[in-house]
Amino acid sequence: MAEQLPYNAQHIEPLLAEWLDVEFTFYPVAQLAADIAQRPRAEQDFLLDWTRRIATTNREIAYRFASRAGELLARMDWRMIEAWARKSMDTYDQAGLRPALLVIDNVDNYAQTDQAHVDGALYEDIDTILLTFARGLSGRALKLAQGEAVYTDSQTLHLPAVIAKMETVADNFLLAKAMVAFMWAQTRFGGFRPDLAQRLAAYPDPAQALQVFSSLEALRIEACLARELPGLHREMQRLKTLRGEHQLTAAWAALAQQLAQPNAGVEDSLRLLEQASTLEPAPHFCFQGELRLDAVMQVMNARIEREKVLLRIKLAELAEEARQAQPDAAPRETQSPPQFELKPEDEEVAGAGEMELTLDGAPIAPPDDVKQLLTSIQLDLGQIPDEYLVAAGPGEYDPSLYQPQEKDPNEVWQGTYHEEGAELYDEWDFGRQHYRKNWCVMREKNVTPVYDDFVAQTRDKYAGLVKHLRRSFEAMRDENKLFKRQAQGDEVDIDALIEALADANDGSEMSDRLFTRMHRAERNIAVMFMVDMSGSTKGWINDAERESLILLCEALQALGDRYAIYGFSGQTRKRCELYRIKTIDEPYNDEVRARISGIRPQDYTRMGFAIRHITKLLNAVEARTKLLITISDGKPDDYFDIYRGQYGIEDTRQALVEAKRSGVNAFCITIDQEARDYLPHMYGAAHYTIIDDVRRLPLKVADIYRRLTT
Amino acid sequence: MQARVLESEAYFIKAEPYYETTGDEIAIFEAAYQNKLPVLLKGPTGCGKTRFMEYMAWRLQRPLITVSCHDDLTAADLVGRYLVKGGETTWVDGPLARAVRAGAICYLDEIVEARKDTMVVIHPLADDRRVLPMEKLGTIIEAEQHFCLAVSYNPGYQSVLKDLKQSTRQRFVALEFNYPSPELERKIVEAESKVDQAMAEKLVKFAHMTRNLKGSGLEEGASTRLLVHAGKLIASGIAPVSACRSAIAEAVTDDVEMLAAVQELSSSLF
Repeated sequence: MAEQLPYNAQHIEPLLAEWLDVEFTFYPVAQLAADIAQRPRAEQDFLLDWTRRIATTNREIAYRFASRAGELLARMDWRMIEAWARKSMDTYDQAGLRPALLVIDNVDNYAQTDQAHVDGALYEDIDTILLTFARGLSGRALKLAQGEAVYTDSQTLHLPAVIAKMETVADNFLLAKAMVAFMWAQTRFGGFRPDLAQRLAAYPDPAQALQVFSSLEALRIEACLARELPGLHREMQRLKTLRGEHQLTAAWAALAQQLAQPNAGVEDSLRLLEQASTLEPAPHFCFQGELRLDAVMQVMNARIEREKVLLRIKLAELAEEARQAQPDAAPRETQSPPQFELKPEDEEVAGAGEMELTLDGAPIAPPDDVKQLLTSIQLDLGQIPDEYLVAAGPGEYDPSLYQPQEKDPNEVWQGTYHEEGAELYDEWDFGRQHYRKNWCVMREKNVTPVYDDFVAQTRDKYAGLVKHLRRSFEAMRDENKLFKRQAQGDEVDIDALIEALADANDGSEMSDRLFTRMHRAERNIAVMFMVDMSGSTKGWINDAERESLILLCEALQALGDRYAIYGFSGQTRKRCELYRIKTIDEPYNDEVRARISGIRPQDYTRMGFAIRHITKLLNAVEARTKLLITISDGKPDDYFDIYRGQYGIEDTRQALVEAKRSGVNAFCITIDQEARDYLPHMYGAAHYTIIDDVRRLPLKVADIYRRLTT
Repeated sequence: MQARVLESEAYFIKAEPYYETTGDEIAIFEAAYQNKLPVLLKGPTGCGKTRFMEYMAWRLQRPLITVSCHDDLTAADLVGRYLVKGGETTWVDGPLARAVRAGAICYLDEIVEARKDTMVVIHPLADDRRVLPMEKLGTIIEAEQHFCLAVSYNPGYQSVLKDLKQSTRQRFVALEFNYPSPELERKIVEAESKVDQAMAEKLVKFAHMTRNLKGSGLEEGASTRLLVHAGKLIASGIAPVSACRSAIAEAVTDDVEMLAAVQELSSSLF
């Protein structure tokens, strides 16, 4: 392919002026354009593309990006620049302009090296693999998060945005993996058990003591990893050699040898601290994280407190279960309190080895959550203290101490706004060509049931139709059929056999299809209806929707498919609401009917979050065919928001693509006459129906469903 | 060597199968057998249920007839059916009927996979009647005195559709199987795959890592059976990391990221 010619400044300047809205913002783009014009075409395309994409989010960020990025192209990997740009936009979404501009200013976080064109490993590329890796390593269920440095608070492992100390992507990934394993080992091998802050404060220079202690612990943990994960340890040695960190002075080597003993613990590191303080500082290993004692202390103290309560309550539940399992058990008052004991399963593995839990002398198998708790407590304290094994008495603890608090979604807008209890969903920003992370705050709410005569009226109004629908849906019920003349089957098909014998007597060829087979069929369909509850449905449309739902339910009841109905509405991303009308396994009863009757128009039509959430719900259902049917009156739209227009259409399309990818089939029924302009783009050419007349909606919906599923 | 063809009633296990006991399951099975009670084996896949059955068949000196249940298994597949031979219909016994006649141990593997209506045919056999009604023949077979019925199922597949009915499960003496303790599992891997102790220990450690992932993306951790497979590959000279990939990682998941993570775990270990 021929090299394309670079653009000149006259071409670039108006583009920048348009994207950055110079008419109002007065950014001096002429200089910028002149600078970009001198670059080769590939660089120009890269810069202009990203400037345009960022400008759809915020012009200030875009301008600063464009001013900084040019000089970085020469010394930074372009992937890093992309990561930096994306991070700035994510930060803008979450925290606003000022922090986002800080990300732009602190580009050095992404250029952690002075070597040109290092292939770093990006946090966002490796986090899922490393999280699974950390979970597999045993012990507490750890979390992984992006932070400004490598450190752990004993619960969350923090890694920087880019790991770029090594030269190749593969080595940088290995380094990240080594960092994760190192931080895991810090908790696994009891590195935080003593009150370190207090112990180190006794030294004349606590900061220096912390440094030395951290070096000693690094040596100890490295030795632990050598025993536990020899494969990784080999790679760690290689990384150290590449970085020139493998040489220890004789004095440090002697200390390392002491700390490499299998029984060396954190106390040994503390013991050697005095001696090590007199030495030259040891090299800081590339995979070694920072020790942030205050973060550790804070997390650990809260956790120890909570887990004690939780364990004692779980044990009380276990004891109660065991008591109920014995039918002749005496009433609780007359019984002695339950006695729990822990014994190591085999003597040789002490510490975090397998423990056997006994209740009144008999071994019991603790459920997984109790096992997790025991492991976690053991990691923090080194053992399970006896007072932890006393089952909590009734009412001893306030449930708010250990139960996650669920806030009533209806109270969200009373008092201060909060996001607890809501689910967050990404949204696709087509201008940015990337997701806005955790952008939509979604809550499930209940429709207030209205017990009126709407249902009865509808049934009367469409009495003939209901009867017809029931009949035709019943006919769709796939029933067991006896298949005749099968090559294999349970029984001999006598008719076929006689014919075959007659054929044989004739001298003609004898059929081998002589059996009958029972065909047992299950439809195995799960369907979720997503009903537009936006304000625009007010009046006729709302009535028609409710009527169609009633007819649909009557028909589906005859068919036996599993179905759920949700209404969606919303106002801005902070208030995306999904109304439960019927959940998948709820029977079609008076309350469901009253909820259908109670469907009222609400706010706007934000669709992406609803599709994503319902897809998630559908994927939790076991069924061979999963169907998501949207009943809507117009295109996606939201209050004074970019969701209007193409943004909303593109987000909805993206949500549907995600649904499709996860095995959910989507279909749309709409009454919007202009839907031909955008629905094919969103749903695909064959996956929508437009109904001309609102009043025909009830007649049509059940019919469409029948066609879809046969 | 030519493959031997045996009538299923004649399938006696001659050599002692390798089996490590983990508790009192042998005694319980024997007691149930003496008292003509059917047995239900519960436990995750590859933890030794089938091997236990082979061992018990050898110990009790009874032929073992195994039926692997699947969702198309009909009652006729178990009891028997008419076939057409030379212009006439002849009756052919199914595996269950053969076991009942011959006094064999009939082992229905993964019973929940069979359709619910199939399972009821075992009901009269699984209580004190011990008979198999042959509806199509209009006869009833009383079980030979040594006949024994054993079924297995994996409660780990938490699906409402695949659960045992109470009327079925309450007929059985239940034995719970689980992965053996690390020490024992190491011994099993060592004995079965002929790798050395250190390697067997690492394999067991690796299995525990994958079992930790159950619930964070893996349906089921690596079973003892998979460890033995990996061990055998290693004993034939395959590098441990590739052996773990082929025998374990690829066997437990198809998810690309999960595979990569499991791979990182094994490369850290070996």
